[in-house]
Amino acid sequence: MIKVEKLVKTFGAKRAVNDISFTVERGEVLGFLGPNGAGKSTTMRVLTGFLPPTSGRVTVGGFDVTENPVAAKRLLGYLPESAPAYTDMTVWGFLNFIAEIRGLRGDDKKKAVHRALEMCFLESVVHQSIETLSKGFRHRTCFAQSILHDPEILVLDEPTDGLDPNQKHEVRTIIREMGKKKAIIFSTHILEEVDAVCSRAIIIDRGQIVANGTPSELRQKSTAAGAVLLRVQGTASAAVVNTLSQLPLAAKALSLAESNGTASVRVLPKSGTAHGALTAAVAEAARLSGWKVEELHTEEGRLDEVFRSITLPDTAKDKQK
Amino acid sequence: MNASLSHIKTITKRELAAYFTSPVAYVFIVIFLLLSGFFTFMIGGFFERGEASLRDSFFLWHPWFYLFLVPAVGMRLWSEERRLGTMELLLTLPITPWQAILGKFLASWIFLAIALGLSFPVWMTVNYLGSPDNGVIFAGYVGSLMLAGAYLALTCITSALTRNQVVSFILSVVLCLLLIFAGWPPVTNFIIRVLPGTSGMVDFVSAFSVMTHFDGFQRGVLDSRDVIFFLSVIGFSLFTTGVVIRNLRS
Repeated sequence: MIKVEKLVKTFGAKRAVNDISFTVERGEVLGFLGPNGAGKSTTMRVLTGFLPPTSGRVTVGGFDVTENPVAAKRLLGYLPESAPAYTDMTVWGFLNFIAEIRGLRGDDKKKAVHRALEMCFLESVVHQSIETLSKGFRHRTCFAQSILHDPEILVLDEPTDGLDPNQKHEVRTIIREMGKKKAIIFSTHILEEVDAVCSRAIIIDRGQIVANGTPSELRQKSTAAGAVLLRVQGTASAAVVNTLSQLPLAAKALSLAESNGTASVRVLPKSGTAHGALTAAVAEAARLSGWKVEELHTEEGRLDEVFRSITLPDTAKDKQK
Repeated sequence: MNASLSHIKTITKRELAAYFTSPVAYVFIVIFLLLSGFFTFMIGGFFERGEASLRDSFFLWHPWFYLFLVPAVGMRLWSEERRLGTMELLLTLPITPWQAILGKFLASWIFLAIALGLSFPVWMTVNYLGSPDNGVIFAGYVGSLMLAGAYLALTCITSALTRNQVVSFILSVVLCLLLIFAGWPPVTNFIIRVLPGTSGMVDFVSAFSVMTHFDGFQRGVLDSRDVIFFLSVIGFSLFTTGVVIRNLRS
């Protein structure tokens, strides 16, 4: 439904988006991750027809956003980053205005506005002027605007920004529900959101895509993925480390803690080891040594670690060298 | 075509409502009417003149009132959208930028027409006291509205140029002043003095003056050249607004 091909967007000498290509199909929720200034918002602004691309092509539902902007925009719902709204209007007036622009009239308009109010929990502030609303309500008013016409494609720029934990949860639930029937692309800084909502995630850094895959595929890129955590009762941790570091699949074994006769050890796999293979090897070693195992656990790898390792700023990368 | 008209209508409606939900509308209307009354009766010498006409007592002041009042009405049109970030919202709705530009311009123009219309007691007074040529007065009102439209369209440009309303206001006052001065005797005399024997130059410069064209209406003449002048100032300014907005986005 959304197709981005070799998109480039420059502002003066700065390349905000540098040769990005991806697609989003119906039934997909695509998470757009990246540090501040990576080009997430710029990409979304091009996608929604606000900014013209410098080069490349963006089609939405088959319509080219530069050649046929109105048809493309009709299919889209868009929540801009700052969640803007006309502050002099009431929530009711604002949503009715958007509904009219979207071509809804009469009963259809009424139904659409009520549905959006209900989905975004705005009933209590319907007749309040947007100026007087708290940030969370204001944010949801703009969110309501984007889903008002039940669009097939949703572009949400940081939809949970500035919301309290309950509201965040509500918004994520809405996105996940709608994602079954629509094509959704949303940007976020919050990595737990990717697990909670996305079927696929793209990490973008300095205008380029650096990773693209399902959340679990991304997690596999973590150095911690496939690592094994072992807790043993009644054996000195030095002995455990010594035994485990000799396993052919293990790159390294580290003692994490030792207290009350319980030793915790973490074993990192050699690169290229199949997920879970190391766990089997560790279990076998424990059986042969006759350890009293309290816990054996395969680590999934952590998104934030993946995120950090592939989007480190230049200075930090230089330091690592 | 129908969809585009209905988009323009929706935007005009919203903008017009925005005037009346804030104090701007009421402050503007009251000040405009107070000023008109004061200038017409106290300074314009409406009673002393003893003529059944509004030309030299009422309409005479409009280019000067509008110089400040019209930019005050129009300055928020685009700068407010830029400040609030709603421009991103507006331009990602399924409308063309032209529909937004035209819708906003029309809303402000209608608002100015309402304010001008509310000066009807002046017209009633002159009809009560004498028997004026109402055709001339009608032409005067048309001219006044045209003038307001031209100023307003210039304000649209300056409003799109900045997110600061004060800057937008000052820039548009200066632009409108240039259009007034182009036909002002001190300016035309200056041109004659500097470039003697070039009456063509004087004609060329003063052809851009709103005063020359405004005066035509006040004499009761609905000259197509004057109408075309104002409409082309409006058209050109709105086109420029479109260019400014397009540049903002790229």
